[in-house]
Amino acid sequence: MSAILEVENLRVEIPVATGTLVPVRGISFSVQRGETLCIVGESGCGKSLTSLSIMNLLPKRAKRTADRLRLGGADLQTMDERTMSDIRGDRMAMIFQEPMTSLNPAYTVGNQLEEAFLRHRKASRREARERAVFLLEKVGISAAASRLGQYPHQLSGGLRQRVMIAMALMCEPELIIADEPTTALDVTIQAQILHLLASLQRELQMGVMLITHDLGIVARVADRVAVMYAGEIVETGTVHEVFSRPLHPYTQGLLRCIPVPGKTRRGAHLGSIPGVVPALFGDPTQCNFANRCEHAVPACTAGPVPLTGLGEGRGYRCVLPVETCIANQARPVAA
Amino acid sequence: MLAYSLKRLVLAFLVVLTVSGITFTLTNAAIDPAKALAGESATAGDIEAIRKAYGFDRSYLVQYFDWLGGALTGEFGESFRMRRPVATLLAERLPVTMTLGLCALAFALLVSIPLGVVAALKPNSGVDRVALSISVLGQALPTFWFALMMIILFGVVLRWLPISGSDTWLHFVMPSIALGYYATPAFMRLTRAGMIEVLASDYIRTARAKGLRAPTVLFKHALRNAIIPVVSLAAVQFGFMLGGSVVIETIFALHGVGFLAWESISRSDIPVVQAIVLLISLFYIVLTLLADLLNAYLDPRIRVA
Amino acid sequence: MSTSTVIGPGRLSPGQMLAPTPGALLRRRVFGHRSLMFGIIVLGLMLLMAFGAWFIAPHDPYAQSLATRRMPPIWHAWFWDDPKATWDHVLGTDKVGRDYLSRLIYGARISLLIGVATMLLSGIIGTTLGVLAGYFGGRVDLVVTFLITTRLSMPVVLVALAVVALYGSSLEVVILVLGFLLWDRFAVVMRSVTMQARSLDYVTAAQAIGCSTSYIVVREILPNILNSLVVVATVEMANAILLEAALSFLGLGVQPPLPSWGLMLSEAKEDMFFSPWMITLPGICLFMLVLSINLLGDGVRDVTAPENRN
Repeated sequence: MSAILEVENLRVEIPVATGTLVPVRGISFSVQRGETLCIVGESGCGKSLTSLSIMNLLPKRAKRTADRLRLGGADLQTMDERTMSDIRGDRMAMIFQEPMTSLNPAYTVGNQLEEAFLRHRKASRREARERAVFLLEKVGISAAASRLGQYPHQLSGGLRQRVMIAMALMCEPELIIADEPTTALDVTIQAQILHLLASLQRELQMGVMLITHDLGIVARVADRVAVMYAGEIVETGTVHEVFSRPLHPYTQGLLRCIPVPGKTRRGAHLGSIPGVVPALFGDPTQCNFANRCEHAVPACTAGPVPLTGLGEGRGYRCVLPVETCIANQARPVAA
Repeated sequence: MLAYSLKRLVLAFLVVLTVSGITFTLTNAAIDPAKALAGESATAGDIEAIRKAYGFDRSYLVQYFDWLGGALTGEFGESFRMRRPVATLLAERLPVTMTLGLCALAFALLVSIPLGVVAALKPNSGVDRVALSISVLGQALPTFWFALMMIILFGVVLRWLPISGSDTWLHFVMPSIALGYYATPAFMRLTRAGMIEVLASDYIRTARAKGLRAPTVLFKHALRNAIIPVVSLAAVQFGFMLGGSVVIETIFALHGVGFLAWESISRSDIPVVQAIVLLISLFYIVLTLLADLLNAYLDPRIRVA
Repeated sequence: MSTSTVIGPGRLSPGQMLAPTPGALLRRRVFGHRSLMFGIIVLGLMLLMAFGAWFIAPHDPYAQSLATRRMPPIWHAWFWDDPKATWDHVLGTDKVGRDYLSRLIYGARISLLIGVATMLLSGIIGTTLGVLAGYFGGRVDLVVTFLITTRLSMPVVLVALAVVALYGSSLEVVILVLGFLLWDRFAVVMRSVTMQARSLDYVTAAQAIGCSTSYIVVREILPNILNSLVVVATVEMANAILLEAALSFLGLGVQPPLPSWGLMLSEAKEDMFFSPWMITLPGICLFMLVLSINLLGDGVRDVTAPENRN
């Protein structure tokens, strides 16, 4: 397998009145062809900024740096905006969280789909139209041809998100970045959309980077997982490893928050992690999770904690040895 | 939508009725039309005779409905001063005023929309500050004085433009600028605010994520949405410009409706004054209605709802 | 266990220890606001001119003199060696020999009088209608909205011109006409602000403890909409001043020999090609007065609602 997306030591800095915010603090990961990487974390941990920084769609004030940022061998860092815009929508595409507001209210669905194709391909209006109909059918929209003339406000949220997915697929990208694509939708629609994404990915052999805070989604669609906390990746691994043997106390806490049918007793306490994510000024000087961690030891606050690699993409960011971490997982939650 | 349109129409009709009533009352209560018509040398007998002949002795309500009925069929009576049908006079003068109004509106929009867009692209930058300063200064500039200063500069010192009359398109340059500049600050602020809001919206991010080029994002996706409120304002401003043309046309001796209004007002030519006030009010009412329709066309969300 | 830096009294700088009072904060915002300060200073000078006119003006603004007709301002002596320009008439004289500086100083009185009086009259009409509509809603609101629509569809300049011409032009008529024509913005703004204020918790609370309607309007709602009122008032005052000048310029406003700036412009029209300063000076006065009022209004809005600044 070859990596479509390689990210090494990606940082995002935002200067504000009281200092410099660093919401993404040197993260590294890669996405392989035909693979789904899920980036998990609670809101405000830097997931969305990570995806926007890959697309180079960060807000103007934000600054991006990285040791390595390549899409299928092309260096995204040295690209000017013009070359970058050639790649966006063509070789990598993005699906956003808010289907209700992500389509332009002034133009028809067809117009917005076709323009993505016409921008990157030498094609006639008719070919673009045919492609749009083809993809709308592919994402499961009935009467696709007649939908082309409709305006976004005439469609439901689920339909709009399907349109957004079709739009992302217009030029058969190698990489799709989906930023919480189902958060704004009803639960039943969520399942449909995820199923659709997964089957399209298998069929087209795309790399998918799925950003979510929902571990249920991760369990269903991910091949590999990266858990983010306070702008850092605190644990990575295959979905099986991370779910069956979580190492980082934060991951363990997250997993305790979801009920498992048949395992969680009725009336039993669901876990929760007390405290909030710390403000992300400057670079970390200690473990960011220490103030919320039930297993914290003095070493946690002594200095920044590096990511310990365990081989084959498995890694965790904790001062405790692997054995202790595994033992911790079995320990009942402190009252 | 139909019920709403119907309600708007009824409201518009009631407004027209009220405006006509106010206009008729205000003008007729001020002076005796028979005296005005008879002239200064007329005897009491002459005035009485005129009063009878023109029906000024009838009750006020009868006169009003007589006038309104005529107005509805485009019959505004005869000018006291020029002894010609008011409708004909208006028809002669209207093209000049319409040309002036449209040129002024075009000038205002051509200046303000690009300025607003540029200001919105870089808020708080030098360009933004300059645009904002221009709008603050422009708002404080008396229109007629600005017109006079232009006459001195371009008409007398530089001799680039003619200073009075309405023979060629050159005659319309200064009047259009003088009439139009006053609306530019409002247009500019609205465009700027709209663009800033739209540029931060999710669908602009989508458009950029598709890889669209900056001009396409800016003009096709952003401006189209930011311009919608400007259209409503343009209709309203056009109505105001027709009303304001009286000052500008008088200064530049443009023989339009405004100039006619000034002449008729200073000579108490009541039928003409009544007709012009009613006509311009009517224009305003129709324009605001049209603005709503145009909005519905530009914003599909309104169109279908 | 806390890992964040400890914040204790020892760590606070003296500035942080003494938190500024709301009044000090407001003062800081006012004095830090350059355009607001400019507006206040210029408007202050205009007020000084208006109230101290009899003391400041070097000549009687009405005194005509055949010997001193159309004298140029003093800078004509500096740049063009014009012997007619003298310090006695710093800004020159008009076509009947009246001192221009004195007339400009007295003119501030007329503009300010018209501005304030019109603003008060239209403010009373508009605020009453707007507050009534906003507070009672329903049919009252419907009637007021209809009145506003009707008023907006009547062309201000044209109606003002016609009424002033037909009923005789004088200072009082101009004020009355403008007052009855410029209330719409007050009504529109006050209506929406009242609607908002009405739904606020403290108004509901006042209703719940049985306060009378008039008590609620005067004690609870009015203070809260004062900011908006001040902003609209400055806009309409500037508007009234400009309209009076336009009416007087067309010869249908304030009547001679009153030194209205608009009327001075009208009288100087025939001399504009040979004595352009005659037309420049009153225009600059008008411009500065209107600018200062507008800047005051914008500044008040900025200072009282800093979160609304863009």
